[in-house]
Amino acid sequence: MTHVVIVGAGPAGLAAARHALAAGAEVTVLDQADTPGGQYHRGAAQRFDALLNRCTWWPESTVWAVEGKRVHVLRGPADGADRQRHTLEPDALVLATGAHDRVLPFPGWQLPGVFTAGAAQAMAKGEGVAVGRRVLVAGAGPFLLPVAESLVHVGAEVVAVLEANPARTVLSGWSWRAAAHVGKLAELARYAGTLARHRVPYRTGRAVIEARGGDRVREAVTARVRADWSVVPGTERTHEIDALCVGHGFVPQPELAVAAGCHLDSGFVRVGDDQRTSVEGVFAAGELTGIGGSAAAAAEGAVAGWAAAGRTPGRALLEQRDHTRAFARRLAAAHPIGPAWPGWLRADTIVCRCEETTVSDLKSAAADPAAPGPHALKLGTRAGLGPCQGRMCGAAVADLCGTPERHHRPIAQPIRLGELADPKETPA
Amino acid sequence: MSEPIEITVDGEAVPGIAGQTVAGVLLAAGRLSWRTTRSGAPRGVFCGIGACFDCLLTVNGVADVRACRRRAADGDEIRTQTREEGA
Amino acid sequence: MNRTRVVVIGAGIVGAACARELALAGFDVLVLDRGRPAGGTTSHGEGNILVSDKGPGAELALAQLSARLWPRLVAEFEPRAAAATEFDPKGGIVVATTEPGAAALLAFAGTQAAAGVRTERLDAAAVAAAEPALTREVTAAVRYPDDAQVQPAGAALALLGSALHHGARLRTEAEVTGARVRGGRITGVRVAGEEVAADVVVNAAGPWSGPVSARLGAPIAVRPRRGEVLVTTPMPGVVRHKVYDADYVGAVGTGSGELQTSAVVESTRGGTVLIGSSRRRVGFDDTIRPAVLGAIAAKAVRLFPALANAAVMRAYGGFRPYVDDHLPVLGEDPRLGNLWHATGHEGAGIGLSVGTARLLRELLTGEEPSMPVAEFTVDRPAVLA
Repeated sequence: MTHVVIVGAGPAGLAAARHALAAGAEVTVLDQADTPGGQYHRGAAQRFDALLNRCTWWPESTVWAVEGKRVHVLRGPADGADRQRHTLEPDALVLATGAHDRVLPFPGWQLPGVFTAGAAQAMAKGEGVAVGRRVLVAGAGPFLLPVAESLVHVGAEVVAVLEANPARTVLSGWSWRAAAHVGKLAELARYAGTLARHRVPYRTGRAVIEARGGDRVREAVTARVRADWSVVPGTERTHEIDALCVGHGFVPQPELAVAAGCHLDSGFVRVGDDQRTSVEGVFAAGELTGIGGSAAAAAEGAVAGWAAAGRTPGRALLEQRDHTRAFARRLAAAHPIGPAWPGWLRADTIVCRCEETTVSDLKSAAADPAAPGPHALKLGTRAGLGPCQGRMCGAAVADLCGTPERHHRPIAQPIRLGELADPKETPA
Repeated sequence: MSEPIEITVDGEAVPGIAGQTVAGVLLAAGRLSWRTTRSGAPRGVFCGIGACFDCLLTVNGVADVRACRRRAADGDEIRTQTREEGA
Repeated sequence: MNRTRVVVIGAGIVGAACARELALAGFDVLVLDRGRPAGGTTSHGEGNILVSDKGPGAELALAQLSARLWPRLVAEFEPRAAAATEFDPKGGIVVATTEPGAAALLAFAGTQAAAGVRTERLDAAAVAAAEPALTREVTAAVRYPDDAQVQPAGAALALLGSALHHGARLRTEAEVTGARVRGGRITGVRVAGEEVAADVVVNAAGPWSGPVSARLGAPIAVRPRRGEVLVTTPMPGVVRHKVYDADYVGAVGTGSGELQTSAVVESTRGGTVLIGSSRRRVGFDDTIRPAVLGAIAAKAVRLFPALANAAVMRAYGGFRPYVDDHLPVLGEDPRLGNLWHATGHEGAGIGLSVGTARLLRELLTGEEPSMPVAEFTVDRPAVLA
């Protein structure tokens, strides 16, 4: 029997599990969290009981390294000190490790009370906690809408939802026909209804360009921005808030794919028509291959699960994948990142949150006549050397210094020295 | 899901609900920051899903635990972290 | 004014140091790198400046020369470059944890002391005071006050920046593909289909100096030997010196291609703890192997039990330029005149770079070398093999 290991129990991973089972494989599903569903299906874990009962389900399982399709796992509470080590050697590996918010740096973004949109969503949907009482939601992308809705549901006052892109760009992506095709209309109508009922304005062409406050955020400064996100002078406005939620789209979490040896195309894992990566026996689905949201992720997962089990995906699966992906790509194109965003940075704006590397640190290092490359820049500025390993600042550093982002994190998640030293791995 | 728990943060009791993460307990209790960086700046939750490592704290003597990823357990002793020498 | 045209191949720390010395001596220096400066071995190691791991002989003499030069050079750098070098004369502590290990360490330290190395034997109380997190099962410990550390990429850029300031030029993304030869002497190199004329060519390509020398038509047996390092999250103050197990000296000295590991533990300015080390001969395969990391971790935890809960957040690996007889290569190629090699420092290149560069300058200008260089000759079996 073909053994398929799936890393990530979000929409892509769960669809992969369902289809790999249907194709006759023996399936193991791993996730770092203690419940399935990923970031999307928060608080709806019991929906997947029946599916996971037919798999080997490993919650609280952190994949800290991969070698080809060999998977090194730590089982136990997140960041614990005595987790069990396991090594899995499946016939096929499906990587469905998802994405996290991209947040472009702006002055004051390191202040407590500034959150990613995803954090606000996780706290609201996962724990019923509102990250603030008076909250501004800003950035770019369709994800800002469900975040505002969740905040309203847990009792926060949402001052406004600000989309930096102009209305005409946004509307170009939200074609009625395409949305109807993938069943997105009802969702859109629901967000619009919730925002209207709570009188939350949705504004396009406006961005947060600064957060202010001493020990925590107290004010957000917003401004009108042009299509390229350059600030229109004189349009700045100050909002009194106690929380600011920002997201400028998503970036994939490709370190396991990189460690497995998979080729990337501008940060995304390159896959063939059946979600096969460049490494034999390794498949990828969901946000890893392109930001597409839950429907596209699930459709890709279905194809990947089927193919990983050794079967050829049929037309229906492929067409569903292609439709949802096309809609997702169109939506992404409607919420691009404006290339002039660095205009709102100042010399002392922090770029690397971990090591507190500033814009001027990066600019002066990049202007060194000795022409340092990415490795030397990193060691010299410490940008990307802190605990997050460049996950937060990598893309911004690449933009500001003109160097490529590598996503090279052979230790994909921290492991305690004692756990690493433990010679007796627990057999699977 | 609504079973009450209690953890301590630097010795001070903080109530929570079973199922919440340490970050969720702290935010619900009105604490926005609990770590200081090398420069002394305060930090708390930022990404909320384990990617930014801003919310690190010490749980039952083990340092560098992501508060947003660790479920709070009744009786957990939490200590906040700094990056000063010997901390 | 000396307007001899020198092409230095490689903008790692050895190439940068050579470029600086030669530019200061008035040579017309062009540095070529196939990528960017400090992008290879230089930025993939710990930044060691060590005398402690070398027994009496030519390499120790080179380490002593280099150790004397480093603080003087750092004092000459412009302030920003000096700060980026992060020169830290923190000293090293070598420990043994077995009785035979203690005897071997103390005997070794005795020979080093006779060769002029400062050594201080530490008793149990002194070890515990110097490194509180260290295992109590220490059977002998020796402190070497002259061991130091730099941030290696910062140090290389500082040397290169100084070279450029003194008239050297730099071409990046410029891979050398061959030599121009006339009458048994090298007269230039080929770079991307173009010829660059040179009176002297210096091969300072580190682990790639083997392949480079082959392209130039005078192959030398410098091969890559891989090493990996673990990096913890910041934990300032926990480890204060460079601390390593006496086994390390043995691992450096072996020629085996098999995996060798020994515990080498130290902090950086950023507060992270670097944990080494491994040695493997795997060609230029840069895959990081969990089993190798596990073997490093096991030795480190034995030395520092208190680090068992430290979070390892990163691992990196690099290639050391390895020669079978473990001696650097410095001199003119006996087969191709005016081609000089400055390579083969294995894991010690950061420290030895500045001494090597000083000797190269002395040899090229005809001055009396600061120390005998005969043992570094290119014309020896391990190099011409």
